[in-house]
Amino acid sequence: MSVPLTLLGLLEREPSHGYDLKRDYDAYFGRGKPLRYSQVYATLSRLARDGKAIAGPVEQGAGPERRRYVITDAGVSDVERWLTEPAPPEPDLQSELFAKVVLALLLDRPAGRYLDLQRAAHLQRMRELTELKRDGEPLNVLLADHSIYRLEADLRWIDHTAARLDLLARAVRP
Amino acid sequence: MTADRPSSETITEARNLFLSFGETPALRGASLTVQRGESVAVMGPSGSGKSTLLHCLAGILVPDEGEVWYDGQRLDTLSDDRRSALRRDRFGFVFQYGQLVPELTAEENVALPLLLSGARRGPAMAAARAWFPTLGLDGLERRRSGELSGGQAQRVALARGLVADPEVLFADEPTGSLDSVAGELVMDLLTAAVRTRGTTVVLVTHDARVAAYADREVIVRDGKVSTLTGAAP
Repeated sequence: MSVPLTLLGLLEREPSHGYDLKRDYDAYFGRGKPLRYSQVYATLSRLARDGKAIAGPVEQGAGPERRRYVITDAGVSDVERWLTEPAPPEPDLQSELFAKVVLALLLDRPAGRYLDLQRAAHLQRMRELTELKRDGEPLNVLLADHSIYRLEADLRWIDHTAARLDLLARAVRP
Repeated sequence: MTADRPSSETITEARNLFLSFGETPALRGASLTVQRGESVAVMGPSGSGKSTLLHCLAGILVPDEGEVWYDGQRLDTLSDDRRSALRRDRFGFVFQYGQLVPELTAEENVALPLLLSGARRGPAMAAARAWFPTLGLDGLERRRSGELSGGQAQRVALARGLVADPEVLFADEPTGSLDSVAGELVMDLLTAAVRTRGTTVVLVTHDARVAAYADREVIVRDGKVSTLTGAAP
């Protein structure tokens, strides 16, 4: 995910301080992975340098130095373009899952057992995410659903692969 | 054949079941133990025998070989009448296509298990109606199945499965005919209802998102149950 464009998007709502942007970023997108302040301020400086935002004058107060940032027309255009561009599909061709199955087949190890264990681990994670959804908080539900559907895609691949391991083993081995 | 009784925490158990339909084997040594109050998802490819296993546990089918136990008693050796009584009094069912009786209203469908058990119509209908707000079905009590959406019909079927407060709910692809949003609502409601009551659930599904509502899953392959978990070998 692009941190600069996400911060720019948050900035489009209203002129904001770095502190406010970090707080909102963490609330919407930073589950378990909050932004560091240094990253926020470095990003805002770059956006200002590139003409995507304007840094207001330093506001003196009881706390640390503060600046209010305002998005520019160029910044709004960037956000607009980003929101209409499809993200590149990520086929995960080099995933660990794939590598382990191919290696197990190459080495004549029990690939089926690995797939069974992986299926159980995926389902356990889906159970945890399904439980997380029960709090009903819409952002949690949206985020959990995103992970659940990705895990489901893996599971479909696991089942499909498990059903044709003999064929794959013959194809993989020289 | 004399067998050990299952532990008191075991509510239903299949032991080494074999069952064929003509020349086609459906179960080939399937075993499964379900503890009281837990929910178990039975998964597996099409034709693996998962629905047949559920039907044996529920006393709908009788295996050719093996034993089925329910709450400390052999179920597969009971007479048809006694198995029917057990299904009526202790078990609830939800199937893929709801299977509501089209001539009856939604509330009459829900009340059906109570009426078949000999309850008087007034109390049975009152108990049935009490489920409608719980399942988001307010105002649909008098509709017939043809006047309900797929999701509404399946929630009516869920109410019918639970109205008699069964000890075990057997659900066979309960969301199989629904889109993802309607299916999720059915599973949310089913889970909330059975947790409140401590109902045991045996849930057959090929859908991992549905299985994720259960406490654990087992996989049926070629008529046998794999109980492999995520634990290291």
